Amino acid sequence: MSYVAKTTKYATLVLACLVTLLPISVIVMASLKTNQEFYNTGPFDAPGNWLNLENYVTAFTRGKMVQGFANTAFILLFSVVGTILIGTMAAYAIDRFEFRLKKTVIALFLLATLVPGVTTQVATFQIVNNLGLYNTRWAAIALFMGTDIVSIYIFVQFLRGIPKELDEAATLDGANHLTIYRTIILPLLKPAIATVVIIKGIAVYNEFYTPFLYMPGRDLGVISTSLFRFKGPFGGQWEVIAAGVIIVLIPTLLAFLALQKYIYNGFTSGATK
Amino acid sequence: MAGVSDVVRAEAAGTRNEAGLLPATARKPRGGWGWRGTPYVFLAVPLVLLVVFTYLPVVNMFWYSLTSWDGLDKTKEFVGLDNYVAVFTRPELFRVFYVSLYYFAASFVQMALALYFATVLSFSTRFRNLFKGILFFPYLINGVAIALIFVFFFKPDGTLDSILALFGAENLQQQWLGNPDINNISLASTSVWRYMGLNFVLFLGAIQSIPGQLYEAAELDGASRFQQFRYIIAPSIKPIIGLSFILAISGSLAVFEIPFIMTGGANGTATFVIQTVDMAFESLKVGLGSAMAVILLVIVLVVTWVQRKVVPEEKVNLT
Repeated sequence: MSYVAKTTKYATLVLACLVTLLPISVIVMASLKTNQEFYNTGPFDAPGNWLNLENYVTAFTRGKMVQGFANTAFILLFSVVGTILIGTMAAYAIDRFEFRLKKTVIALFLLATLVPGVTTQVATFQIVNNLGLYNTRWAAIALFMGTDIVSIYIFVQFLRGIPKELDEAATLDGANHLTIYRTIILPLLKPAIATVVIIKGIAVYNEFYTPFLYMPGRDLGVISTSLFRFKGPFGGQWEVIAAGVIIVLIPTLLAFLALQKYIYNGFTSGATK
Repeated sequence: MAGVSDVVRAEAAGTRNEAGLLPATARKPRGGWGWRGTPYVFLAVPLVLLVVFTYLPVVNMFWYSLTSWDGLDKTKEFVGLDNYVAVFTRPELFRVFYVSLYYFAASFVQMALALYFATVLSFSTRFRNLFKGILFFPYLINGVAIALIFVFFFKPDGTLDSILALFGAENLQQQWLGNPDINNISLASTSVWRYMGLNFVLFLGAIQSIPGQLYEAAELDGASRFQQFRYIIAPSIKPIIGLSFILAISGSLAVFEIPFIMTGGANGTATFVIQTVDMAFESLKVGLGSAMAVILLVIVLVVTWVQRKVVPEEKVNLT
């Protein structure tokens, strides 16, 4: 490659990284400043004390971030386990059985992928309300489990690659379908389950719309809504808001660093449905 | 419930088999592959959830959209197509379509950037994984966190104003989120920052699935980098670009988080979803809100139908 082309290439890459990292870096610095310091310095001035964690303490205690993490963890656990059970069961039925309504069932699932969740909330709200789930964590769990067709799709794709002879052999040994599902299908689906856990986990952790709409209760804040509520009481205290942002960001960063390869693969397989 | 009990019965039969109480000839499972109800047992829960949380809302929404219901009243008064007429004739309601054009335009910038960086990084590059990680990471960040990061970025004396001051361009400083002429551009740029990484990784994946020998052959034939892009890379990622383009249309109509958190939809930044939510949950006009949602749904369905026509299904498969 010519010298000019090479320079352009690296220059644009470095510029893109600056554009990505600069807005976050200034937030990191702001989160380490005292209130006084924040108002007397510009965004690019380094904090006086790089170890000033006072804002983080405030964000955690007065900002109810601990509760936010607890609620998110609760919802995350149930909706991820639920999605896996529902998705694998549906995939097992669709891939391994011939039945009269098979085409109809597949069409129902495929058609549902075309309906963007945000468009139907007006009516979904009434259903959640009538089921008595409004303002409980189960509203979010039910909605996260009920509408995940991408996971079913990932499981079906993966099941297709597992030879049918395995379950047939088990049937000859007298195993019933529940046993086959539990002892053969589920363990073999492990890689696909890992993918779904990652995609779903990130989606649930980041979801704002559902908890915002269905769980307005003071004690029901999740990560997203707790951080959103910072805008009120901490309106003038940007250094505390900044600390809240970083608190939310750190788990994502750690997950990304630890699971990079799986995350890339997961999103590529999830998006090309 | 008959289905569940049958599974239990089959399980009992299975244990009996293992115990060898039945002759070998009877081993061919009676209820096994033969019982027609089995797949429905496995599909029961997924289908109930699908119907309750996807199909029932769609049907109800159509019905609400023909009424003047406020969301609380016991009775729903039928008003025919009045709500639809209102959406198309009241300019303040129709304006949201205009706002989504900003996001639609931004998605082209987003795809162009993603394509550029995917192409550049598909060739051997120093610190390749580091660059890839940094460019992708914003896509994983919590939307509320991103919105707050960019409120700070755009606020008076915030990051952007300070950058301008650094270069002596103070005269350009302004209300990036308040000025109705540019606030939608600020918001759409934030959206590009957030979503570019996903496009980039998808494009990169598509490019990397091209066999390496193709480039080697092209290089032997003296093809330049640009020619390699034009004749090898571009054709093989066409399907994924087509898909991204369609997603851009429905995506730009469904924008919510960024404008909602950053400006609350003030100063002409309200999007379709913000307005629908406002209508249905703040102003208690469930009928009107439903009509807007139905229109959005119809647009998305039409766009997807066009996509299926233009980009045949099997071509989108990358694996």
